[in-house]
Amino acid sequence: MSTLPLLKVNDVSKFYGSRIGCRNVSFELYAGEVLAIVGESGSGKTTLLSCLSTRLMPTSGIVEYHMRDGQYRDLARMGESERRFLMRTDWGFVHQNPADGLRMTVSAGANVGERLMAVGDRHYGNIRATASDWLERVEIGVDRIDDQPRAFSGGMRQRLQIARNLVTSPRLVFMDEPTGGLDVSVQARLLDLVRGLVHDLGLAAVIVTHDLAVARLLSHRMMVMKDGAVIEQGLTDRVLDDPREPYTQLLVSSILQV
Amino acid sequence: MATPLVVSEVAKSFTMHLRDGVRRPVVANVSFSVKAGECVVLGGPSGVGKSSILKMLYGNYGVDEGQILMDHDGKLVNLATAEPRTVLEVRRTTLGYVSQFLRVVPRVSALDIVAEPLQARGTPIEEARAHAAELLSKLNLPRELWSLPPATFSGGEQQRVNIARGFITDHRILLLDEPTASLDAKNRAVVVELIAEKKAKGTALIGIFHDEEVRDAVADRILDVSAFSPRKAAA
Repeated sequence: MSTLPLLKVNDVSKFYGSRIGCRNVSFELYAGEVLAIVGESGSGKTTLLSCLSTRLMPTSGIVEYHMRDGQYRDLARMGESERRFLMRTDWGFVHQNPADGLRMTVSAGANVGERLMAVGDRHYGNIRATASDWLERVEIGVDRIDDQPRAFSGGMRQRLQIARNLVTSPRLVFMDEPTGGLDVSVQARLLDLVRGLVHDLGLAAVIVTHDLAVARLLSHRMMVMKDGAVIEQGLTDRVLDDPREPYTQLLVSSILQV
Repeated sequence: MATPLVVSEVAKSFTMHLRDGVRRPVVANVSFSVKAGECVVLGGPSGVGKSSILKMLYGNYGVDEGQILMDHDGKLVNLATAEPRTVLEVRRTTLGYVSQFLRVVPRVSALDIVAEPLQARGTPIEEARAHAAELLSKLNLPRELWSLPPATFSGGEQQRVNIARGFITDHRILLLDEPTASLDAKNRAVVVELIAEKKAKGTALIGIFHDEEVRDAVADRILDVSAFSPRKAAA
């Protein structure tokens, strides 16, 4: 177990004019840890995720990342090209809508291979072999390697997006409602897949979800957000089995039993 | 060797904000310890807080006051105040839990559910599966069920998967929440035997057993939880 956190978040706030996106969020994330951020729509989950992943600049506060060379870097002070390189290699970002994370008009194989080329792989045969290996891992038939994601179902597109993100062996993956908009049976398959991959690859992940069952299944730790602030956090099963804050109790008691 | 588990002056209450903030005390002044190789059974009527104590020991209930000290790899950890990642680390190597019900994970086979805790501790998958198979056959789970996800299993079958999962590791502390509740006599006897094996290996066990026969067979000591009733403490 690594003793240094992968990500250090210190007092991050984001304002949209006078409106609050998120405020005063601090936490540390270690290698192999999965953190779920839950809360209802508009609570600031996605804003926080965007601030962590450099898609948005925080208004105040610092996000530091432990680079592979052992140094901590302040993400806001990184150059644009360096940041983009990090996004393409050491990080992954899985969007709720696969069309936001995939190139819909190139083949499935190229979608996976593109990230490999970004890290300098040039051998066509190797790239194609790795791509088909990853398609298999996310349960997409290798015979579909030359098809465009446009021809894929929603669940397949989401699995392809995951393969595209994981092919470069990232250390940290951000996921924004990865199972949103999928049928429950498709969700179950995707969750099982993500759970297995996170475990096998020892990934750290930050997952935004409004689905507490998803948080229970995938995450070790949980943060509950309301009106832009983190109101409760801790071990996932502690927060769900013994919620302390009024709002968390409301969330937990609102789950429908099947 | 240090005492594996020492609980000292633990108190717990629930504040129900959705019910106008009613505060419901559960237990107060819970103090006991469990030695290596000892099986302590929590006794007392329903609703007295037996399950709550087990959940506090495992960390899925928060603790208002007091300490829960565990000997984790030679270091003393206070689970009542430990960081989430410390709690997870303690659960991986020191603290096991057999809950009353299996939390079924979609699409994962019974065999892999049982093998998982060993795998998480670094045992190669094939070895972990072999060990899991051994336990499942000991618990008389039909072999044709091993490769299936337990969602469709009967209550007793699920519970045996759960027991195998809890007993597969050599955690030094094991919490048992009615592991024999939905088992027939033959399998209850297997569980009694498994518990005896754990005791012989020096595991500290804390359990809830409503079945008197099982309780008498495994308990070294019965701890009456009604002694920790907060109403009594207030009086």
